[in-house]
Amino acid sequence: MVKAIEAQGLPIVHMCTIVPISKTVGANRIVPTVAIPYPLGNPELDPKDEKELRRKLVRKALKALETPVTEQTVF
Amino acid sequence: MGKKRIVHYINQFFAGIGGEEKADVKPEKSDGVVGPGMAFKGQLSDVAEIVGTVVCGDSYFSEHEADASETVLNMIESYKPDLVIVGPSFNAGRYGVAAGAVAKLVDENLHIPVVGGMYPENPGLDLYKKHGYFVETGNSAATMRKAIPAMSDVVKQLLAGNEEITGYMPKGIRVNEFKEERGSKRAVDMLVNKIQGKEFKTEYPMPTFDRVDPAPAVKDITKARIALVSSGGPVPKGNPDHIESSSASKYGKYSLKDIDDFTPENGQTAHGGYDPVYANEDLDRVLPVDVIKEMLANGEIGSLHDYWYATVGNGTSVANAKKFGTEIGKQLKEDGVDAVILTST
Repeated sequence: MVKAIEAQGLPIVHMCTIVPISKTVGANRIVPTVAIPYPLGNPELDPKDEKELRRKLVRKALKALETPVTEQTVF
Repeated sequence: MGKKRIVHYINQFFAGIGGEEKADVKPEKSDGVVGPGMAFKGQLSDVAEIVGTVVCGDSYFSEHEADASETVLNMIESYKPDLVIVGPSFNAGRYGVAAGAVAKLVDENLHIPVVGGMYPENPGLDLYKKHGYFVETGNSAATMRKAIPAMSDVVKQLLAGNEEITGYMPKGIRVNEFKEERGSKRAVDMLVNKIQGKEFKTEYPMPTFDRVDPAPAVKDITKARIALVSSGGPVPKGNPDHIESSSASKYGKYSLKDIDDFTPENGQTAHGGYDPVYANEDLDRVLPVDVIKEMLANGEIGSLHDYWYATVGNGTSVANAKKFGTEIGKQLKEDGVDAVILTST
């Protein structure tokens, strides 16, 4: 799905936990996340810290979208 | 035992009747070989005889499929063949589809093997590959000289009754078989061979994935329009489109207008295969709506697309995922989106 969207000429960042799968299917901008059931959170943290964690990951994703890449890149 | 009997199916062009202007000729049959059948005869004369050739115009076949199918099948059957060869049809779309359809007819009605030859991108291959042994060919008839021996080789294997046939493109069919050794031992043996750099043969080849060149980076994210997409199944509470928890057949498009933060009341995951408790408690853990809305408010991103797209990645076929992605990508592009964040669980 990532690849088919990118094929339309849209830069796309894949935020996922299992990076090897993302690499195998061919995502070009990859941001590793926390865990399969909660990629962008962590129920063990208190809500404030959890949100800060999410904020950081999304900022990293935005940064990835601003970064020119020529090959598969893990941020 | 005498020689095996083969019937050859070809189109009007290879039969020498004519090109596009003759593509509407009705099915006809003639004893013995016609056109490329001559070359097959040279390759196969030791083991088989091409007893008849059935010809049909490509346009006629596609425009009168029911009639053409019945006539072609009857003509093939009249020769009592042991095997049918179709094509090769290279990258000729209508010929490939007709050859594939004939393969299906023969497979389902006569229950005898079919050998064909196509370029991997011929649409006829995807439609009908499970009904025949299709050998990979080049994209034009200029590769006929290579295609004929390759197809003949598969024909010979099939006529010899070989248990394992090689040299054709996968049909996408799994065949059950019994092995002496159990799976765990075979897997460890394979791993040991791999580590030692020895040859090993996988029992489950992975699908091949093509690559897409990275799209150019966004110049200034604070001016860009961002869209959120996810294969982790984030849907509005109640899963209004009933997206399946596995092997999804669809995706949903949902408005972000009234959601600034997911709660147990407004969002849930439709995804099976992982513990949904955390996502159902706070769906921002799968689709970061709360922080992206915050970033929109304080100008970290230019704008946010009004909708998010979601499907379930669990067991979803590559073909469906590709279809969803293409449709979603086209819509996003039309709606002026500059960049996409896609989350997966």
